[in-house]
Amino acid sequence: MSSSTRAEVCAAAIADAFKDDGEIFASPMGLLPMLGVRLAKLTSNPDLVISDGESLFLAGVPPLFAKGDVVEGWIPFRKVFDVVAHGKRHVMMGATQVDRHGNQNISAIGDFAQPKRQLLGSRGAPGNTVNNRTSYWVPKHSPRVFVQQVDVVSGVGPKRAKEAGPAAARHNDIHRIVTNLAVLDVGGPDDTVRLLSVHPGVTVAQVREATGFELAVPDGDVPVTREPTDAELVLIREVLDPKKLREREVPEEATK
Amino acid sequence: MSKPRDKQMTIDEVVAELSDGMTIGIGGWGPRRKPMALVRAILRSDLKDLTIVSWGGADVGLLARAGKIRKLVYAFVSLDTVPLEPNFQRARQQGTIPEVVELDEGMFQTGLYAAAQRLPFLPMRAGLGSDVLVNNPSIRTVTSPYAHPDGDFEELVAVPALRLDVALVHLNRADAHGNATYLGPDPYFDDLFCMAADRAFVSCEQVVDTAGLTVDSPVQRLLVSRMMVAGVAETPNGAHFTTCTPDYERDEPFQKAYAAAAGGSDDDWAAFEARFLAGDEDAYQAAVAAFHAEEAAK
Repeated sequence: MSSSTRAEVCAAAIADAFKDDGEIFASPMGLLPMLGVRLAKLTSNPDLVISDGESLFLAGVPPLFAKGDVVEGWIPFRKVFDVVAHGKRHVMMGATQVDRHGNQNISAIGDFAQPKRQLLGSRGAPGNTVNNRTSYWVPKHSPRVFVQQVDVVSGVGPKRAKEAGPAAARHNDIHRIVTNLAVLDVGGPDDTVRLLSVHPGVTVAQVREATGFELAVPDGDVPVTREPTDAELVLIREVLDPKKLREREVPEEATK
Repeated sequence: MSKPRDKQMTIDEVVAELSDGMTIGIGGWGPRRKPMALVRAILRSDLKDLTIVSWGGADVGLLARAGKIRKLVYAFVSLDTVPLEPNFQRARQQGTIPEVVELDEGMFQTGLYAAAQRLPFLPMRAGLGSDVLVNNPSIRTVTSPYAHPDGDFEELVAVPALRLDVALVHLNRADAHGNATYLGPDPYFDDLFCMAADRAFVSCEQVVDTAGLTVDSPVQRLLVSRMMVAGVAETPNGAHFTTCTPDYERDEPFQKAYAAAAGGSDDDWAAFEARFLAGDEDAYQAAVAAFHAEEAAK
């Protein structure tokens, strides 16, 4: 088996974010999160409940964007909202901005009243982050994404949740931020973003440089994100993503 | 035998029932099963100062570009395969929508439930700690009168009722009285929109007799009851260019052309408008057919 690409390291890191979730609805937004979740279901956590991203729970684990698998349930948008409020869900969202306190922005860049750049809107981020486990996927780790303070708080980090009171903090669970360079969480001092591991070939200095705020870095050696096993590489390359769509989202050239 | 009344009307007759300043809820979800023929009929009208309530797609983009919206209530506006709606983006960045209310997408449902149940609000967690509450200072919190098992009294968001003057929804089939079925994968929230509104209008792909609604589809697909419906308009391909599964999927080549024109120069948009939006619904559908003939010949 040839050595793993950065995209494949990311897929395994995303899979690891879902491995201890038990029997919950895994909701990946975007390509790499979908790949990682399906990898987790085929390896570390077969109990995960996954959907076609539309309205069906899938009993099997089809390749990315494939159709026609066995169906095990119905999850139209109205029932997604029920599961969010119930809590048995782990969503991995994108993030146009993430700040030092783990707040996320997908709403707008600049002043909300008349933004410099209008984005999607806050979608389900406010509700997700005070109800169920939430992770973020950042395909291009840079100071433009990791900013001192987000322009609009869509997803709520732990500090803001605590300030909003127990109803907000009780189920706030920002679990992992996986990027093309590293794996992070919000376990730093004063509920700040903390470096957990750097991907193979990436230095701590590189991650710091690509982060627009003072990143919490644990004392001593920072671990290296694990490489996917041979079995995982077979699943990624031959089963889940034979078209190598992952390499477009995290291009290997950019890692050299 | 006595029958309930026949509520069939044309899409232009539906729009004639609307007036300036109304709050209008638009069913469907993003780029899925939107009542686009009714939206196009609004574009042709001289209606103005509308409050639009929508999990938005091109419905919001088109109405914003036409300057029809005074206030927009949304959680997102997206075309899915084109993540950012260019006309909506443009309107926001140029500040041409005077008032916006951006909610969490679940708050939106809760607000419609409150309106449907004639309640002033319903409580939920979504919004707490986020800028939804900062950017919408009129949205208040409420303290639970019941102690949480941990002993505290939770302070929750009091999501205000999203009361609608009118709801516009598009279903696959309806009868002349307003009973309507969805045949695709997701009902979205069309029944809720109808119940949150003083009056609801259903457009549909096809009007069939009442027995026809359940002849080849389970009764659970009957989403909308006639008691919630004021009018029914048959308008084939009326959700175009959004999905209307299984009648048709999203028209991706057309959506691409729409997004390119919306995100392009003023001339690009003027050309798109002249080609597709200058005439009535029949002219629109003919122009779409011509567009596809042209694409196929390429």
